[in-house]
Amino acid sequence: MTSEQRNFVAADSPAETSVPSPDGSGALSTFRICDFTGQLAGAGATKWLAALGAEVIRIEDPVRQGRWDILRGGPPYKDGERGLDRGGAFNNHNAGKYGITLNLRDERAKDILARLIEISDVVSENFAKGVLERWGFGYDRMREIRGDIIYVSNCGFGHVGPYSDFKTWGPIVQAVSGLTFTNGLPDREPAGWGYSYMDHTGGYYMAIAILLALVHRQRTGEGQWVDLACTESALALHGPALLDWTVNGRPSRRDGSPHSNRNAWPPMAPHGIYPCKGDDEWVAIACRGDGDWWRLAGLIAEPWCSEPGFAVHAGRVANQDALDTHLERWTSGRGKFDVQERLRAADVPVAAVQKPQERIDLDPSTEGFGLWPTVQHTVMGDVRVDGQPVHFSETDWEYPRAGPCLGEHNEEVLTSLLGFTPEEVATLAEEGVI
Amino acid sequence: MTALTGLRVVELGSERVAFAAKLLGDMGADVILVEPPGGDPARAYPPFLDDQPGENRSLWWWHYNTSKRGVVIDLDLEEGRERFRQLIASADILLEAEPRQRLAALGLDYDDLSAVRPDLIHVAVTPYGRGDALSDLPATDLTIMAASGPPWSCGYDDHSLPPIRGPMQALHTAQHFAVMSVLTAVLHRGVAGKGQFIDVSMTAACNVTTEAASYSWLVAEQTVQRQTGRHASTRPSGETQQLCADGRYANTGVPPRAPKEFRALLAWLRELGFAEDLPEAVFLEMGANWEGPFELSRLGSDDEVTAIFGAGREALKLIASRLPAQDFFIGCQRAGLAVGVVNSPEEAFEDEHFKARGFQVPLHHDDFDRTITYPGAPYAMRGSPWAISRRAPHLGEHDAEVFGELGETP
Repeated sequence: MTSEQRNFVAADSPAETSVPSPDGSGALSTFRICDFTGQLAGAGATKWLAALGAEVIRIEDPVRQGRWDILRGGPPYKDGERGLDRGGAFNNHNAGKYGITLNLRDERAKDILARLIEISDVVSENFAKGVLERWGFGYDRMREIRGDIIYVSNCGFGHVGPYSDFKTWGPIVQAVSGLTFTNGLPDREPAGWGYSYMDHTGGYYMAIAILLALVHRQRTGEGQWVDLACTESALALHGPALLDWTVNGRPSRRDGSPHSNRNAWPPMAPHGIYPCKGDDEWVAIACRGDGDWWRLAGLIAEPWCSEPGFAVHAGRVANQDALDTHLERWTSGRGKFDVQERLRAADVPVAAVQKPQERIDLDPSTEGFGLWPTVQHTVMGDVRVDGQPVHFSETDWEYPRAGPCLGEHNEEVLTSLLGFTPEEVATLAEEGVI
Repeated sequence: MTALTGLRVVELGSERVAFAAKLLGDMGADVILVEPPGGDPARAYPPFLDDQPGENRSLWWWHYNTSKRGVVIDLDLEEGRERFRQLIASADILLEAEPRQRLAALGLDYDDLSAVRPDLIHVAVTPYGRGDALSDLPATDLTIMAASGPPWSCGYDDHSLPPIRGPMQALHTAQHFAVMSVLTAVLHRGVAGKGQFIDVSMTAACNVTTEAASYSWLVAEQTVQRQTGRHASTRPSGETQQLCADGRYANTGVPPRAPKEFRALLAWLRELGFAEDLPEAVFLEMGANWEGPFELSRLGSDDEVTAIFGAGREALKLIASRLPAQDFFIGCQRAGLAVGVVNSPEEAFEDEHFKARGFQVPLHHDDFDRTITYPGAPYAMRGSPWAISRRAPHLGEHDAEVFGELGETP
């Protein structure tokens, strides 16, 4: 390495010519992501990019052994074996990425980061506001390093606004944005979400934002900063309810609301999740209008189906409590897959509420879609992960590698992209820089 | 210039792609929404302006169809199909959710359309993907959710109550993937010059949006169980939802677990004058003065750690019972605790934070001569602004304009 190479090029003249571009044949193979994301809200975004071919280089802190992402060594564990490189969730969310370590308390690590930013298209992170700035890598500094850099930050309340210093994680985002409230039964406390829906979905919005910014740059040559606030992405999911509020003055917090297994927009009845034979077994049934109801009533063929209150769609919508009582009685004596089979044959919308094993191991539709690919993890061996729910005819997704072990690609990345020798990399490791 | 200026998106109207097309339209794409004669059924979805039904009065329709122009084309007529081919020849992207074999039967599937427009990006959204006959069965947001996992994880501690689905979120989740797919394909086309066909499965999209439910099974063959207001888990966890003094709830998230958090909580408790009412205050003080790491792994086995951790929870419970939920939320956050008020959508919408970020967006409706406040951008793109460029189209509103652009004379 020459001293000239060590001096990164300043603003407006990114030095890309001497640096190898990401290769491969994926849709995003020409893009490199300098990735500080963690957990799911951030890591989920760059997982998509990696699956579609981008070169995602995930950066972790060697001093805290990557623990700024609490999932790194967290459960579930394959074969019950614990360890920093054995986090099942971490592997799931980071498949396809490279992993390096940088101790950003050290100036030499900062220099390496600057040189990595210089050859990257995107810097992504989901820290609390201000973390990158404290390390000396605020947006203005990144732009000095690379004039057209795309910087996408993702935090609960964003980097601007009265709550921008507040802390969040998925369930807090869901609570504040209205998504917890809307999930529940009337006259009970909110059921909310049994997982971080907004970590997944915030990740999708982060991926969309990164892709939008890349499209913008492809067409104009300009980079930009995207300030993604997960709570804001979540609030935008309530569109019709918010218009009902701003236009008609009708709040969602009112008697009988929410009733989230029902459907008012458009009205459907019966519409709900009904008990079946067995322990915690359920089936979802939805009748969109007369046709579905006539076919369902013809199948059930019990006297209550002919009650005048259920004769027309508006009547069934108005008398849903009574309708549900009858239907529950009918479903509760039957197995959920039996109900599913019979209603499917009658062309009525139906689905068993599937447990994880049922939809992952026993449902030919997910297997047939290739939804649970196996990755070869360096420490854990073969592990199945969440795939992507799409297929591209020309440039389909794949995970070329599992989630990285801590610092697994230090030598590969530093030697191939930044021109270090293996000996220099070893020295950096010994001296606690990486 | 916005990110997608100049890109033309053709949407075959459906509730399964309307949101995806809106997201692209609000970023500047020229979205042309194609409806059949008689209009998209979603025009009849409540709620309505002033609660009066009407073809152009659905608020559902308004929201999901901003930034689009609307045309009517009857694909059942050869004339209509020819017009559709001409439209596709001018387009970059097709978004559709037609029954699996309909477009092929009409001679309008990807193979046909890519002959007209070789670099077309065609995205099809179906319940189980184009290759699975299950996609031919009728399905709704609810049944798609049930089949693919989210409700199994959502609901109450009391399992005699049904699992709960998040309304509309199967539709949203699939369309988020549709947008990610479109943009990815646009980038690839920008480099390689090629379009492609993209098959989006709605059930697959929800299947991979269940967090631990999937990977607990994939990695360890463990099954999560649903719990009220918190993560479904393979092992029961403590309650996190607190009823506050005004009858609203707050989510206390991860309870205090570090000495600085115990210190801040104790200070706040004293400031409020509640410390003497908390029998466990002495343990909270021990937590505040704790030296070295507070090891949560010793919870349950070490009496001191257990008592201190429990005191943190009890302190939050006591404060919550005496403060309105919003004040509890703000106070906890000022003490450095990740706590959230459980807002209804309109309460969040009126909150000062979102207002300050510009989330309330006024849009003039020339058709009713009213200015309507819409929800704003899901992301703040500093260099390529999000904007609603126009209200949802009336049925066939832009026939003359769009067909004129294709070279047709009226």
